[in-house]
This record gives sequence, C-alpha cells and structure tokens, in this order.
Amino acid sequence: MKRAVFNHRVLPFALLAPQIAVTIIFFYWPALQAVWQSFLLQDAFGISTTFVWLENYIWLFQQPDYYGTIWNTLVFSAAVSLISLSSALLLATMADKPLRAAGIYRTLLIWPYAVAPAVAGVLWIFMLHPSLGLIAQGLRSLGIPWNPLLDGDHAMILVVLASAWKQISYNFLFFLAGLAAIPRSIIEAAAIDGARSTRRFWTIAFPLLSPTTFFLLVVNIVYAFFDTFGVIDAMTQGGPSKATETLVYKVYADGRLGGDLGGSAAQSVILMMIVIGLTAIQFRYIERRVTY
Amino acid sequence: MVEQKKIGNIVPHLILWVGIVIVAFPVYLAFVGSTHERSLIANGQMPIWPGSLFFENYYRTIFVGTSGTTREPVGTMIVNSFIMAMVIACGKIAISIISAYAIVYFRFRLRMTAFWVIFITLMLPVEVRIYPTYKVAADLNLLDSYAGLTLPLIASATATLLFRQFFMTVPDELVEASRIDGAGPFRFFKDTLLPLSRTNMAALFVILFIYGWNQYLWPLLITTRDDMQTIIIGIKKMIVTSDALTEWQLVMCTVMLAMLPPVFVVIAMQRLFVRGLIETEK
Repeated sequence: MKRAVFNHRVLPFALLAPQIAVTIIFFYWPALQAVWQSFLLQDAFGISTTFVWLENYIWLFQQPDYYGTIWNTLVFSAAVSLISLSSALLLATMADKPLRAAGIYRTLLIWPYAVAPAVAGVLWIFMLHPSLGLIAQGLRSLGIPWNPLLDGDHAMILVVLASAWKQISYNFLFFLAGLAAIPRSIIEAAAIDGARSTRRFWTIAFPLLSPTTFFLLVVNIVYAFFDTFGVIDAMTQGGPSKATETLVYKVYADGRLGGDLGGSAAQSVILMMIVIGLTAIQFRYIERRVTY
Repeated sequence: MVEQKKIGNIVPHLILWVGIVIVAFPVYLAFVGSTHERSLIANGQMPIWPGSLFFENYYRTIFVGTSGTTREPVGTMIVNSFIMAMVIACGKIAISIISAYAIVYFRFRLRMTAFWVIFITLMLPVEVRIYPTYKVAADLNLLDSYAGLTLPLIASATATLLFRQFFMTVPDELVEASRIDGAGPFRFFKDTLLPLSRTNMAALFVILFIYGWNQYLWPLLITTRDDMQTIIIGIKKMIVTSDALTEWQLVMCTVMLAMLPPVFVVIAMQRLFVRGLIETEK
C-alpha cells in the first residue's frame, strides 16, 4: 500500500462516482434481477408471477435439449482450444528461433486478433458455403458431401474452424512471450549435452511453458464459451437443428422467443457461475505464478 | 547461439509461411469476392484472382448500400462503429483512471469496498446478463442511442485494475515532492500522474478500440433503427435473407471495410498493442 496518501472527504467519492454508477446500473442491478427472476414462474399470460424456488433450474435440467447444448459447448470449446493452442505453439516455437525477418513473421501472424468474431464467421462461410464457397467446391469434387447447412457435424466443424482461426494470433503472442522468457543458458546447456531441437522442445521448453499454456487454456475456454457468439450467429444461428447451439447462444435464442423469462434467467445464472468458476481458477494460477 | 545450420532453418521458415498463408487466405478470398460481379459469386464460379469491379463495388457499398436487406449505406455504419469504439475506449480510460486514482491515493472509508465492487465486474461479460441489461437500458430510454450502445460496455474492471497496478509502482517520493511544492490532489494528478501514465493509456486505448469496434451482441439488441447500426451488425443483416438475394460482392466489401480500422491499429501500433494485450490480462 502507498504511504503517501491524500486525505479528502468528498473528492475520492466524486472520482469513483462515474464508475460505481455505471457498474451498479448496468452490472449489479441486471445481475440481481437475473438471479431473482430465476426463482420466479410467470403464468401463460404474463399476468401473475409466483415464487417457485429452484423449479426453473430443475425444469432446465429435465430438458434433453439442455444436455445437448452442454455437450455442444464442451465439444466446441475443446476443439477450438486444442486447434488454436497447438497451431499457435507450433508457430511460436518456429518464430522463436533466431531467424532472419522474425519481426515480419510476427506482424503477419498477429493481425487476426483485430478481426471481429462475426466477421471471422462470414469470412469462413464465404469459403465453405455449400453452393458458392471455393473450398466447399473443392471438397465436393473430391467426393466429400460437404453441406454445413444440413449436416450438424459439418456445421460444428465450420464454427470451430472460424473460432480457432481468430484465436491463433492471441495464443501465438503469449507463447512467443513465454518462450522468450526461457533462459537461453538452459537451452544451450541441453544443446551441449547433445539434445536435438525436438528433444529440447519437449524436455525443456514445453514444461517451462506450462504456466503460459494453462493460462491460455482458461482464456481459450472463456473465449469459446462467450466471445464466439458472433461467430455462431453469423454462420449457423445455432443450427442445423441446434447442432451448434452453445450455452450462450441458447440464452440469446430462448430469450428472443420471449416466453420463458424464468428459464432464461436460470440459464444466465448458471453461465455466471461458470464464469466465476473459471475466473477463480485463473486467479489461483496467477497467485501461484507470483510465488514462482 | 544454438545450432546455426542453414538447412535447419528452412523448415521453420516453411512452417511459418504455411501458417501465414492459412491465416491470410480467408481474407484474400474475401478481397477477391469484393471485386467481382454478384452473379459470378452466386453461381459459385468466382475465380481465384481479383476482378475488375473494385472501385464500383466499394463505391456502392460505402455510399449506396445493398438494395434489399439493409438500406443504409455502409459509410453511415462505419461512422457509428467509429463513434462507438471511440466513446467506449476513451470513456473506459477516463472513468477508470480516476477511480484507480481514488483507490490508490486517497484514504477514506469504504475504500476496499469500492475496490471490490469494481473488481467483481471483471468476472461477468455482458453476454451472460444480456436480457436484464437490455431491460435496464430500455427502461432508461437508451435504445437506439449512442449512450445505450456505449454506457453498459464502459463498466468493466480491467482498465481500473491496470491503472491501479501501475500507480502502485509509481514511487511515493513523487507525491511527497509535489506536496512539498504545494500541489493538491488535482495538480498532482494532472502534472505528475497523467504524463507518467501516457504509455499505459495508449496501450489500453489500442485494445479497447478493437474491443469496441468488434462488439456484436450488445449492438444487435440495442439498435433497431437502420441508421444506428454498426458495421459488424450490418454485415450480418446483409446475409440473413435467402442466399439468392444476398449481394455477396457487397458483403465482402463490407467485410474488408470492417476489418480495416482494427487491423490497421494492430499493425501500425504493434508495440503498444502487444503491451496492452499482455498487461490487460495480468
């Protein structure tokens, strides 16, 4: 803590006021409403509401649909994280070598970070659209009946590719920073001992990168859970027949239809708990890293 | 240095170039699409090289817009996106630098409470509380307004935490010195702290500008009028109708235009961008 601080009665509150006001109005109030609504049940005409404790939650977990959505979310996040982390690690390991023009490589690999998720979705659908996509035609001429508009697995591949593509640059930058932090002397010692570059990677760089990898894993899961809404909405709208509907998309889609306020609020609350859990994991990791 | 063989370096160069091509290919195809005729694309006969309609297509996109689905020219959407990104970036920086200043440099009751009240918002993205937030915005009459587009997204703890972290590293001697010079909290903030924070503010600005420009779900809900749409929403609305009517060449022009400002910011301000990215996550 700071030793030298000002003593003032009003000023600190005035300085805090804008942020606290916005936070309470657009954060605490809506979040509390979601929690409150998740305990309420509205009748069919929206006239009266009754307090039903956990009924909305119980109802939610009785829906086979909901399990399908959970499964989609898990498959989707696992695939996005795996693809974007492994390709970013490969590229970062290569870019970390003493190469000529290493700076240019970095520039050419980091810009997709700036592409909006929805735009990434449109870019990929343009390539893989069954009737007009260039790549889709190539696949068809190879005899692969590619049609993400009808086939749920194809649609899932589509959203995974677009989402992973966008995340590579982020992971690449963090891996690059992680690799740069590994002391050269350790790597040189291993080289003197006769370890070749592949072996050096798996026995030295990869274990030493594990804090970075773990941090990125959490960030990627959060990304796949929440930030990919735009990708899914632009590409598949959760279809065909809900094959690409993730938890966040379901909250949006159910709420859009309007009807079930309590159920949609219960879904929001579950999502909030997931984020809080993930954030807590991340903080424990940061704490551990500090004591390293 | 370790192993400096000529042969050994070809493989990394090759892998990196393959990576760059894969990463850039979708954008290349979008550019190609933006320079061809609509029927060529719709029939799936788009060549792999750019066509001749570059100026015509971009002119139509920016000043006229598509004929059917969204009637607004993309120029308007770009202006909206720009306003939204600027207000979010500057607003976040402004309100969070002063609140971090209050938390670090003042002794008052409820200081830790205030810190935690802000800190907890780090955990909840707008996506998980969309409908209640939408209802609040609707009750406050903020639909279809710039205030509605930006205010709810300004509330976030990331920037406050970053400034707090930075202020903690500013030596105490500076406050003492400026107190001896007779400076009050205002002067100290303006003459000492703000100039010191310049790099941090710039790095944060790069990240927040991209964040604001790329917003999707919130503007989708909060805007109903065509002339309030942002460019990202505009793209989506251009392709919702049945495929036959989609003017893909104009969609691709819009895609290129939507990518241009944030990608330019990343490349032109690369050092600040990397710094901002790595610091906001810590």
